[in-house]
Amino acid sequence: MFEHYLSIFLRSVFTENMALAFFLGMCTYVAVSKRVETATGLGIAVIVVQTITLPVNNLIYHYVLKEGALAWAGYPDLDLSFLVLICSIGVIAAIVQVLEMVLDRFFPALYNSLGIFLPLITVNCAILGGSLFMVERQYNAAESLVFGFGSGVGWALAIMILAAVREKLRYSNVPRGLEGLGITFITVGLIAMAFMAFSGIEL
Amino acid sequence: MSKASETLLDPILQRNPIGAQILGICSALAVTTKLSTAITMAVAVTFVLVWSNGLLSAIRRFIPSSIRMIVQMTIIASLVIVVDQFLKAYAYDLSKQLSVYVGLIITNCILMGRAEAFAMKNGVGLSILDGLGNGLGYSLVLLAVGGVRELIGSGTLLGYTVLPTTAAGGWYATNGLFLLSPSAFFLIGLLVWALEYRRHSAMAKGR
Repeated sequence: MFEHYLSIFLRSVFTENMALAFFLGMCTYVAVSKRVETATGLGIAVIVVQTITLPVNNLIYHYVLKEGALAWAGYPDLDLSFLVLICSIGVIAAIVQVLEMVLDRFFPALYNSLGIFLPLITVNCAILGGSLFMVERQYNAAESLVFGFGSGVGWALAIMILAAVREKLRYSNVPRGLEGLGITFITVGLIAMAFMAFSGIEL
Repeated sequence: MSKASETLLDPILQRNPIGAQILGICSALAVTTKLSTAITMAVAVTFVLVWSNGLLSAIRRFIPSSIRMIVQMTIIASLVIVVDQFLKAYAYDLSKQLSVYVGLIITNCILMGRAEAFAMKNGVGLSILDGLGNGLGYSLVLLAVGGVRELIGSGTLLGYTVLPTTAAGGWYATNGLFLLSPSAFFLIGLLVWALEYRRHSAMAKGR
């Protein structure tokens, strides 16, 4: 049982990394990876939001939206699964908003360091992608908690690696026109190739 | 007339949403292992972009600015649901291959970006043209990347054999790397390089 969860965790961190294998959250990934400190802040914010939203979306899917899920309310034939998209994005936006308020009230120091990244996360496709993958792979609540945490960690790891590489890149002599975005993409490609070495690991 | 044609044509090459503005790359990389999925995605995004730009521009005077994000999100999400259901009904195999990426059109930054930067400030007609132009610019990159990856990765285009592979008795040894994720990053990197280089030399010539 434990091995099953460990396997989901390792898969979501390494072999099926959200950023490097599924290209999720690319816009923020490329834009906010210039410095390690900011990248770490954003990474932690993604882990937190991902770990909270996935189980919540999972419960909503299983008790409200899935075909026949509303049997407890007297509608056994109702299939609302086409509402998954709009529901997930609503839940994500709401949770990010609540999280922002809670942090502001009780953890001002953390809020000041994460504050600017939280709104960015609503439109980070890694979060919505996580929820949609969770529906597609039919995870239950516990599995989705592990998957949410794992995919968040994987994304954070990827952005921290890229930020560290880019800090060093500043001193290199890059061909004309390739500076900035071009070389960043090539770097990400090389990191993705390195991560491909993890593929095939099974527990 | 010139403003209209500029709105339509500028985003296709000059200010290409992917190459120059770096918007909406996630899906551009993920769905381009094959040309057929790339085309479907390009059409879907262009459709949503044109409609969301048009609709948001039509109601732009009635949206209180404090809740405009939510309104934009809702309209975009509803349009994406329409596309998703349509694909599930009429092209089930393709919709399975695209898996979550159709849903992820919602968080595609091109949509929010264009809504915020253009549709909230301009009239319906211009906004629709802007949506169409950006959609076409996005489609162009998707088709280019998708075509290269399918041709080199499996020797086919749209499923038809172009380069007969060794597995099927031909001469072409497929390069499997092009079907994996790193190649997409390399191709986009090279594309950005080409566009940047072109802009640099244009600027040098102008001086």
